[in-house]
Amino acid sequence: MPLEAINVSFRYKSGPWILRDLNLSILPGEIVGLTGPSGCGKTTLARLLAAFERPEAGRITLDGQPLPASGYCPVQLISQHPEQAVNPRWQMLDTLREGYIPDESLLLALGINNEWLKRWPNELSAGELQRFCVARALGPGTRYLLADEMTTMLDAVTQAQIWQAVLRVAAERRLGMLVTSHDEKLIQRICHRMIDLANAS
Amino acid sequence: MNSVNTLPCRNSNRRRLNRRQHTLLTIALAATLLFVLLGGALFLGEEGLSVNLNHRNMPPSLAYPLGTDWLGRDMLARTVQGLSLSFGVGLTAAGISAFIALVLGLAAALGGKRLDTIITWLVDLFLAVPHLVLIILIAFVFGGGLQGVIAGVTLTHWPALTRLLRAEVLQLRSAEFVLVSRRLGRSRWWVATRHLLPHLKPQLLVGFLLLFPHAILHEAAITFLGFGLSPHRPAIGVILSESMHYLSAGSWWLAFFPGLALLVMVRMFDILGDNLRLLYDPRSARE
Repeated sequence: MPLEAINVSFRYKSGPWILRDLNLSILPGEIVGLTGPSGCGKTTLARLLAAFERPEAGRITLDGQPLPASGYCPVQLISQHPEQAVNPRWQMLDTLREGYIPDESLLLALGINNEWLKRWPNELSAGELQRFCVARALGPGTRYLLADEMTTMLDAVTQAQIWQAVLRVAAERRLGMLVTSHDEKLIQRICHRMIDLANAS
Repeated sequence: MNSVNTLPCRNSNRRRLNRRQHTLLTIALAATLLFVLLGGALFLGEEGLSVNLNHRNMPPSLAYPLGTDWLGRDMLARTVQGLSLSFGVGLTAAGISAFIALVLGLAAALGGKRLDTIITWLVDLFLAVPHLVLIILIAFVFGGGLQGVIAGVTLTHWPALTRLLRAEVLQLRSAEFVLVSRRLGRSRWWVATRHLLPHLKPQLLVGFLLLFPHAILHEAAITFLGFGLSPHRPAIGVILSESMHYLSAGSWWLAFFPGLALLVMVRMFDILGDNLRLLYDPRSARE
């Protein structure tokens, strides 16, 4: 049942190796923290696990199988830059419903204002956009959620609001999570175990 | 106190039209011009083009607002006829050119490395040869006349837009929101039609509108040089090249008004294309 990275190595083009022979396993319902200094490969690892990039060597498997090439991906990534993850020519309602139709209670829990649904992405702040990205990634087919600096651009109160909503959904559905952050306190607070990427590889 | 208060006020009163109003005005002007052209070509047509040797070389007057030429033909009728002909050629050539650019641009960006290399090479090839030489050659191969001009202009104007569309698709293909869309279970076709095409639509429309004056100018240019439309057709290029013989005799109106009409038409569509480009871009739309 776990999401696994087996002996994964990765580099961009023929640049220096970013990850070498990395092994990682996340179980359903488990929340794993990922820390490390800037540029050590945290985002790259998250992108590899969500099949945004392909590893140069090694495999990413879910239940022992490679991730499906088409159809809804059970591993969803919420990236650090929400303004790049939404189509600038789509109204927010279309973006929100791209994968599935989220119910009202989830929107309420994430603090998504009904007024925002008719707006364009350049009329919302990064924090407001991020809530849409979170809602969009919590589809019924999601089994693993990778949160890459998900709430870095938000104020403390909103951070708490979004994390509470996400953690509740994760607990209800036994989602496995990988949380990437520079915020030590956040990681200690919500994660079951922690990986320091600088020492791991 | 008073002067401080009135200054910004007067400024905002004097403010020029904003871009939306400006664009609407240009569209209205362009539409009026087209209407006048089409109507004029229908009504003034045969009568004005007939030879009348009693009214040769007359300067602009009430009866002949743009004067008459050395055969006594009404220059207003000839100019209108010439412009409507140019308009038809420009429309056809720019339309086909834009379509070729869309197909080749998409093929280059999505069709694999080898196809990309071939198309990029073709684009470079066509951009490296001077337009005018190429148009003359192609028009010659197609047997000259109307079809020669259209073929020549069509086959030389796609490269710049192709390159633009290819770059746009390449950039979009690896955009974060496209990758996310694939992870959300959307098919390649869905992503192409819902994410890529809406982004290309403004580029395509603006590209077409900017190609259009180019096409008209090139049509006039090669007709002027004698490689285009036959001298019996009242094309702007024909009118301009004929009037060259009479300029030294003082018949300035033969070249001035047709040339000015061509300039106005070309510039209007140029402005229209530029304004639409800025309006379509969400980043500059509200400026």
